[in-house]
Amino acid sequence: MVADKIGHTAISDIVAANLPRRKRKQGILVILGIGAILTAFLMLFILVSSLFFSGYHAFTQTHAEIDVFVDPEVIDANKLPRGNFRELLTNALIEIFPEVESRSEKTELYRMLSHGTQFQLRDMIVSDLSVIGTTVTMKVPLSDPFDQLNKGLIDRKTPEEQRRVNNQQISQFDRLSATGVISAPFNWNLLTNPDSRFPELAGLRGALIGSFWALLICFLLSFPVGIGAAIYLEEFAPKNRISDLIEVSINNLAAVPSVVFGLLALAVFIGWFGMPRSAPFVGGMTLALMTMPTVIIAARAAMKSIPNSIREAALGVGASRQQVVFGHVLPLAMPGILTGTIIGLAQALGETAPLLLIGMNAFITSAPAGPFDSSTALPTQIFIWADSPERGFVSRTSAAILVLLGFLIAMNSLAIFLRRQFERNW
Amino acid sequence: MLLLNECAKAGVIGLAAAAVGAVAASARDQIQIVGSSTVFPYTQAVSEQFSNMSGAASPVVESTGTGGGMKLFCAGIGESHPDLTGASRSMKSSEYELCQSNGVTDVTEALIGFDGLSIAISRDNSADWDLTLEEIFLALAAQIPVDGKMQDNPHQKWSDINPDLPDSPILAFGPPPTSGTRDAFVELAMHVGCESHPWIKEQGLAEDSGWVKENCSRMRQDGPFVEAGENDNLIVQRLNADTTAMGIFGYSFLYENLDTLKPVKINGVSPDVETIGDNSYPISRPLYFYTKNAHRGVIQGLQEFIEEYMSEEALAPGGYLSERGLVALNDSDRAALQEAVITGQTMNAK
Repeated sequence: MVADKIGHTAISDIVAANLPRRKRKQGILVILGIGAILTAFLMLFILVSSLFFSGYHAFTQTHAEIDVFVDPEVIDANKLPRGNFRELLTNALIEIFPEVESRSEKTELYRMLSHGTQFQLRDMIVSDLSVIGTTVTMKVPLSDPFDQLNKGLIDRKTPEEQRRVNNQQISQFDRLSATGVISAPFNWNLLTNPDSRFPELAGLRGALIGSFWALLICFLLSFPVGIGAAIYLEEFAPKNRISDLIEVSINNLAAVPSVVFGLLALAVFIGWFGMPRSAPFVGGMTLALMTMPTVIIAARAAMKSIPNSIREAALGVGASRQQVVFGHVLPLAMPGILTGTIIGLAQALGETAPLLLIGMNAFITSAPAGPFDSSTALPTQIFIWADSPERGFVSRTSAAILVLLGFLIAMNSLAIFLRRQFERNW
Repeated sequence: MLLLNECAKAGVIGLAAAAVGAVAASARDQIQIVGSSTVFPYTQAVSEQFSNMSGAASPVVESTGTGGGMKLFCAGIGESHPDLTGASRSMKSSEYELCQSNGVTDVTEALIGFDGLSIAISRDNSADWDLTLEEIFLALAAQIPVDGKMQDNPHQKWSDINPDLPDSPILAFGPPPTSGTRDAFVELAMHVGCESHPWIKEQGLAEDSGWVKENCSRMRQDGPFVEAGENDNLIVQRLNADTTAMGIFGYSFLYENLDTLKPVKINGVSPDVETIGDNSYPISRPLYFYTKNAHRGVIQGLQEFIEEYMSEEALAPGGYLSERGLVALNDSDRAALQEAVITGQTMNAK
């Protein structure tokens, strides 16, 4: 009794003596944790804000409204779609700047408009022949240097020979601007146009569709195969050294650098099977190799978390193993499997290296019509733009990264939503 | 693992069969182009113009580097092989033999124009840079003649080479060995600089092109020369950050960034369209493309594409390729070239 009391006092003394130290340690841990989270957020903030500040310019595009007289003497309805549309546009500009006379000045003046304007005009005339002989008002994109000028990215104080626009062009632009025809609406071209060598026309359409096809193929391949493998491993395979070995192999496969899969695809799909280069179909197959281990691991984890009592109950009323799997385990595990798959697909969406190796970094000015047509994907499009000399591509590269990030956030949110909505606690 | 493999294999083979079938059913209607990253912007321009003007399927243009492009181009005849490759140097004899051995015998060579290699530095650098090729060689070669024999390059500052040059560290960002730009720089700047060195001239080694190639081709690895990868925009960013650093890249990148970068003069000449065109700027190189004549008339639109490439609108001075930085050929050379390429003259053995 006495000894007990002494022991008790001694312990409470020790506890009391240690308490401040333990509290301090816990406090430090909490502070470190908060610090870690803040650091992570700061990094994210720096990344996104630097992308935003270099990229937000690309979300608007400078346009001008000009009146174009579709001169029947220049455009012959019988010879369309051929015709000198450039002359029509030059004439329209000369209406505004009547003092321009020499040939070289006219060429300089015409450079104010985007190169694509003449094709825009052509398509308009071809689709509606009645405009020949009338004056049409067109809202046309300005070329990259003038777009930069309008956005204040060209410093007017730099000496003339170091600028992309000369003094005369600046004064012409200012005159045009003073008449109120210049506007900078949202740059839908960025999403709806295919790639172009002119920054003001370049868009992500080809890359978005290419990525869509690649991800669809990737999903169609990796999802059923992944689930099949997971079902066998989780529900049927005997637990022995071989299944351990398989588990280790799958985990290893999930950690193989993606460039290795790219080299494999280059040798096997393109080399042996003779599949086309740059096709989203091949890209999707390559990405499926990467995504499959992720799907297997996610599906196994989801199935493992289903309580055994459910299996046993089903078996108890006479269900076969196959009925247990497809009637009970798989439906219950589906939210977890889908979450894992979506996260795997989001990873695949951002994957660049394997796509570079199979030639999905090509320059193509049209969007693919199917998975066998050559195309780019979002990350490889970013890669191409980052390598382009024109200034306008600097902001477009950042804008394209923001679009990619937007898709990743959407996919990951969907995964979280599915988990929240359908997850059950046993 | 076995089952997994089996599943994957069955899936892959099934899909592969489907893919091959689908591809075989639809003949390729897109022109496929590979090759040098230097020729890439010009081919891009032609291909965009071609598909806009003709409404044909847009060509697939891939930037693989000169050597990689040659490998793909010479791999054989047929739909799965590219129709055209760009090159920032002429075809090597080994590549020519590879082509021949794979049945690619009827190839037309087209020299489309010249590209200047520029050495650029930030505009914030106050010095007025003017180097000779010999000074460039002494600054960047791995081994240079010191005290009568070839030794590791000891120079750390420009003023070590010539007291008149600024007292700032030697630092140059340049292309990696896989790049055609690097080949051209070594050949046009390093070899010529090497040959003009007085000691090498004295020894009679300057005439020995084998010796020059062997001893003057290596760039130094101890820091002052940095291989910066194929992305020239990254080099431009580095130069803006470090005002003493120089960058080596194609003239088009300098041209697009003239507001922040200035050229380093070579032998007193700074690169621009005129000096590159008349060869007074010493490091300019020819640009080529190669095309398979067996594909003409088989691949839809190839002949028309080549005609667009050869049109005056594209190639002439003031054409849309020169707007992108290509330095055009003179009138008579151009006329001969257009004639030869449009009719599809077979190139001579290398």
